[in-house]
Amino acid sequence: MKKAFVNQKLCVGCGCCLKVCKLGAISIPGGAYAIIDEDKCVGCGMCSTECPASIISIEEI
Amino acid sequence: MNKKKWYDYLWIFSSVYLILGFFNILFAWLGLICFITPLAISLIKGDKAYCNRYCGRGQLFSLLGEKFGLSRKKDMPRWMVSPYFRYGFLIFFFTMFGVMLWNTYLVFAGAELKQVVTLLWTFKLPWHWAYHGTALSQGVAQFAFGFYSVMLTSTLLGIITMMLFKPRSWCVYCPMGTMTQMICKIKSS
Repeated sequence: MKKAFVNQKLCVGCGCCLKVCKLGAISIPGGAYAIIDEDKCVGCGMCSTECPASIISIEEI
Repeated sequence: MNKKKWYDYLWIFSSVYLILGFFNILFAWLGLICFITPLAISLIKGDKAYCNRYCGRGQLFSLLGEKFGLSRKKDMPRWMVSPYFRYGFLIFFFTMFGVMLWNTYLVFAGAELKQVVTLLWTFKLPWHWAYHGTALSQGVAQFAFGFYSVMLTSTLLGIITMMLFKPRSWCVYCPMGTMTQMICKIKSS
């Protein structure tokens, strides 16, 4: 099973990933960085492609 | 598909803003909305709703990069993504902003109005054709020239990185984005 992982140290919280996630699995609570809801994420990779900083990776878990 | 909301069309506002500066420089003052709104949202609500939803400039880069296919969609170099670069750029940007405010002050104090738009903090473009006088102090016009220079320069940088890297690469080093994130982090800690 694949899931998206955000490198939170480098995340700006711009929200580009949030816009493309069809499952609404991403949120940016408190404007700090993006958080992926693992229960909703299917690892499709849309957010990873979209992220301008390219800091979201899709990993097998 | 998600239904489009009113705020998905804010890229029109950003485009119109840039165009208006070619006709009457005093419209540059409207750009303050893009400075005050994100700061107010982060200070009051403590989130980055501005970046996430309302930023017309980000939408514009998205549109140009995705729909118009102007972006190479390559990864940004790692150093550009690092906090050192982001915070460094923030400091540089606001230092230059301070210089601009100082020049505005000088005109308020009696110095001569310079009818130029400075691109990339270096190239002085004659812009007198977009100035038709003001009933107020000339300092008001000087701020407009200076502020429009800031907006045009950052748009240009954003377009260059949109083409070279991913569409919204500007978001990674956008000084407002860095600052609102800083405010949010301080607020939530």
